[in-house]
Amino acid sequence: MSISVIGLIKAAVLNGTPLLFGTSGEILTEKSGNLNLGVEGLMFMGGAFGLLGAFSYGQIAGENAVGSVAIAIAFLMAFLAGVAGSLIFSFLTITLRANQNVTGLALTIFGTGVGQFVGELMRLKVGGNVTISNALKDAFANGVLPMALQKIPLVGPILFSYNVFVYIGLVMVLAMTYFFRRTRTGLALKAVGESPATADAAGISVTKYRYLATVIGGGISAVGGMVYTMTIAGSVWNHSGLAGEGWVAVALVIFCLWKPINSLWGSVLFGGLLILYLRLPLSFIPTQIYKVVPYIVTALVLIIVSMRQRKEDQPPAALGVNYFREER
Amino acid sequence: MEKKHAIEFRGITKRFGNVVANEDVNLYLDKGVIMSLLGENGSGKTTLMNMLSGIYFPDEGQILVDGKPVTIASPKDAFDNKIGMIHQHFKLIDVFTAAENIILGLKEKGTLDKKEISKRVKAISEKYGFDLDPDKKIYEMSVSEKQTVEIIKVLYRGADVLILDEPTAVLTPQETHKLFKVLRAMREDGKSVIIITHKLNEVMEISDVVAVLRKGRHIATVKTEETDEIQLTEMMVGRKVELNIGRTEPVNPVPRLTVAGLTVRNSEGINKLEDVGFIAYGGEILGIAGIAGSGQKELLEAVAGLRHISSGSIIYSPEGRNPEELVGKSPMEIKDAGVALAFVPEDRLGMGLVGGMGMTENMMLRSWNKGKGIFIDRKAPEELAEKVLDHLEVVTPSVDYPVRKLSGGNVQKVLVGREIASAPSVLMSAYAVRGLDINTSYIIYDLMSEQKKKGVAVIFVGEDLDVLLELCDKILVLCGGKVSGVVDARTTSKEEIGLLMTSLGGKEKK
Amino acid sequence: MNEKAPFLRLAKRENINKRNVWLIRAAAFFTALVLGGLIFVIAGADPINAYGSLLEGSLGNPAGLRQVIKVATPLLGTALALAPCFKMKYWNIGAEGQITMGAVGASYLALSFGDTWNSFLLLPAMAIMGVIFGGLWSGIPAAFKARYGTNETLFTLMMNYIAIGIVGWLQGGPWEGKPGSQIIPMFKPAAVLPRIMGVHIGWILVLILTAIMFIYMNYTKHGYEIAVLGESENTARYAGMNVTKVTIRTALLSGGISGLVGFMVASGANMTLYASVAGGVGFTAITVAWLSQLNPLGMIFISLLLAVLSKGASTLQTSLAVPASISDIITGIILLCMLGCEFFINYKIILRESKNKEGQK
Repeated sequence: MSISVIGLIKAAVLNGTPLLFGTSGEILTEKSGNLNLGVEGLMFMGGAFGLLGAFSYGQIAGENAVGSVAIAIAFLMAFLAGVAGSLIFSFLTITLRANQNVTGLALTIFGTGVGQFVGELMRLKVGGNVTISNALKDAFANGVLPMALQKIPLVGPILFSYNVFVYIGLVMVLAMTYFFRRTRTGLALKAVGESPATADAAGISVTKYRYLATVIGGGISAVGGMVYTMTIAGSVWNHSGLAGEGWVAVALVIFCLWKPINSLWGSVLFGGLLILYLRLPLSFIPTQIYKVVPYIVTALVLIIVSMRQRKEDQPPAALGVNYFREER
Repeated sequence: MEKKHAIEFRGITKRFGNVVANEDVNLYLDKGVIMSLLGENGSGKTTLMNMLSGIYFPDEGQILVDGKPVTIASPKDAFDNKIGMIHQHFKLIDVFTAAENIILGLKEKGTLDKKEISKRVKAISEKYGFDLDPDKKIYEMSVSEKQTVEIIKVLYRGADVLILDEPTAVLTPQETHKLFKVLRAMREDGKSVIIITHKLNEVMEISDVVAVLRKGRHIATVKTEETDEIQLTEMMVGRKVELNIGRTEPVNPVPRLTVAGLTVRNSEGINKLEDVGFIAYGGEILGIAGIAGSGQKELLEAVAGLRHISSGSIIYSPEGRNPEELVGKSPMEIKDAGVALAFVPEDRLGMGLVGGMGMTENMMLRSWNKGKGIFIDRKAPEELAEKVLDHLEVVTPSVDYPVRKLSGGNVQKVLVGREIASAPSVLMSAYAVRGLDINTSYIIYDLMSEQKKKGVAVIFVGEDLDVLLELCDKILVLCGGKVSGVVDARTTSKEEIGLLMTSLGGKEKK
Repeated sequence: MNEKAPFLRLAKRENINKRNVWLIRAAAFFTALVLGGLIFVIAGADPINAYGSLLEGSLGNPAGLRQVIKVATPLLGTALALAPCFKMKYWNIGAEGQITMGAVGASYLALSFGDTWNSFLLLPAMAIMGVIFGGLWSGIPAAFKARYGTNETLFTLMMNYIAIGIVGWLQGGPWEGKPGSQIIPMFKPAAVLPRIMGVHIGWILVLILTAIMFIYMNYTKHGYEIAVLGESENTARYAGMNVTKVTIRTALLSGGISGLVGFMVASGANMTLYASVAGGVGFTAITVAWLSQLNPLGMIFISLLLAVLSKGASTLQTSLAVPASISDIITGIILLCMLGCEFFINYKIILRESKNKEGQK
């Protein structure tokens, strides 16, 4: 196997990791029946606050900064930013019963604004590019597994050479898959997204489940933004770097047919497609066409799924529909 | 010390607004007994059972379980008291397996061991003789299988009292037979079963005791072996009540609508109407009686062109024109030809009216396509709305006030008023007085009678037999999608219609 | 008797007078301004001062005012396009792509015939191309929706990015100006919309369109069909309407108008085509349409409001050294507050004490 193919796979995995978080978070959200179109905004918020966390820690700790602490802080900040953003969404749609599409889009406007604002504000305060020390950068971007593993030929680079987020994402998706397949709570959550009325009759609190799924899902999605900023964008706030990442994540949810396990390979595929034009430029395929392939593929998946009408592949039946128990 | 009953109602009363659904019901049920709860539509059977299953809470009275007074304010409370109800509309999740649906929402410890759950579901199935694959998805199931899942769901939760709301309405005779076998197995196991029904033959077949409700009151509880269908019918329909609806003799009735061999299937291929034939005469009111879901809705929709007709013909003979076949015509063409339909569905709005629109815009539902050009004519509908408002005394702030916010009677006046205003030569109305108080109902009856005097062929689907007897000229009785008889409303009796509704009369004739 | 009644419960409001509706909305707007003020404080600016210069920068001078109108024009046009879809409860969130494709259609003519045709021929032809391209782009998801029930929300969303990608390809490929520039050449004067009072005449067209859309929605057979279908598909069938036809027709119309907006933006504002020609207008317009309750006249107001915010905030960056993205934050806050306040218009909260009053009914 040639070096370039290994490089391509590695790049696909790295580029897919932000998507993996963005998508699996949104899957959790959508499984509850909430269609949160604010992922783009959430990922912006996660990116900005994650960087803010790592940056502030680096400033305060100075020379003594520890990589793992910086990662934990960035992770937590991004997650909390996502929680805050999706809490707004949840409050508006679940409690105040506002239209989900419109609220999600408003959240995207708000979230991208907040992300840009925080990023620009940092830049204004520092008076230049916001970034963190090289040591911390390495902590975010370098492989975490023992060198012995990374050095194994072929398998090492393809499987063991990645930064910590790749493995966190992997574990999280496996956990989520287990949650949906093997736990009662997971079953109950799926029921809420399929038929809130039935779940309600079975004594499951639709409100509680929707809030929790949406808020935790939003937090996970936001972490995806942080991962992008801290690894792919090189821990620098870039005005337009994150743009579109959230929408690809939304597309990927459809592509994965709302199954977390599919997001493992789906995110690598989409991540690969997003950078394929750099790695595998073919003169007869314009670069821009590479970039729309994920969307075209997703649209095709959507069409095929609706034509085949296989029940297991459909979106959660109550997706996008607010629930209110009939008032007697 | 008195004997402990499995379930006892003491002085239960439930009102919805001004309507009394149940009044001072005293009723008990012992362990290991199958009880039929018998009554006409609207007699309060389901309401009473909903109070037992935690859907409604009684206004007055006390429910006792095993002799102890209990408070049942939610379905969960009902389960805690080992009471489970199987509703007519199943609450199941399509993409889940039977087993997943059965354990949904249960607070059991541990992970979701599907094999273990399947095993336990199988154990219950075998114990009572169900035939169910626990790993089958709901969407792959027949109606009867879905019902089985609902029953096992209740048993899995440890219910000792099972309530089934018209369980056989959706089943084939073979499936019904199987269900009854299961119910008997449960009785042997010491469980109590309540079946809400109005099918007399099934009452006689399955139950040990029969409790009869009429107009929200408990009439009597009798042992099945000590009664017969005639006596039960009498208890169910009661004595004829004088209503004083002014009924005139039909003047010069001519055939207006001739239906023959009409068969209609639903999307699952099951016959909802089978070989239905009748003639509706101009200047007459033809009543249609039958237990809920016997094909009334399908019949009217088929005539109106809203349903696919498998076979049969509907010949329409308007005055001064040649007779024409309605089968194959679009709803619009049928309407334009002069066949009007005023159907009041269970939620009152739905098909005939748009809740969010005012009277004027609802009038437009009939006329929106009239006239040339792209603009819609608002003037005529507005005048019509004003006319209906004046004529029928609709209480509304204005003709633009959303009809959803009007009271039930006014909504129905708008609907019926609009259909009458089109000067139809056939007027079909279904449940036109649904949920209305007596006085408002009379206004609707008068409207029907007026149309009759004008020579219109009126088809009136009603729930109240007393009204049908006093309002109509002829009554067609449907049973299970078939015509079980046509009787003269002036000479027939409630008992005769009651028997026809439950197919008995029909059987005897054949 | 029923002591289990919850302490708080919700009931649909039967009726609420106009004054209270506007009071609630005003309160929501005020709340949003206060929250936005907090953001200014975080950014280190005096909120009152900041709002003042925001208004000054947008409405206080002719140049600012022109910019406001320029920003509001596509927003209003697209919100108008979306209104019939939303009325029908067809969730077209693909206006972004429909604008983009409209711009592609118009640009094709502009680039091909800019030298040879005069503007009296070229501009109307460009407009028509914009309508056709936008309409077709919207018609594809609608056809699948009508035939297979394909989820239109997700499909139209995907179509946005495909359209943007197509322009990106045109930019660097077939329509590229100077090789390697990744830029499509500027339109020739014949392909540029004339100006009235310093702003391209798109704003006049959009105002006319507002009136037309108001009439279309309220006084035509089509408008009535859309309204009935949105309320209940069954009722629509009962009234003899062709549901498939109405769905596709309305989607075509909606996409067509979005395409027309794309033409205006490319020809009037940008005088060229680039990938971000829609620039988020397609998304923001969704909120404009929704907040104005699909009332075309209300859309004028909301789109102007958002335009003032975005124009005003961009001047803040220079005058107060506040990041311009603050306009997105404040826009977002206003949208979220206005969305939330509708709840208090539609529902009332009943405390347990008032139960008796309810019971009489």
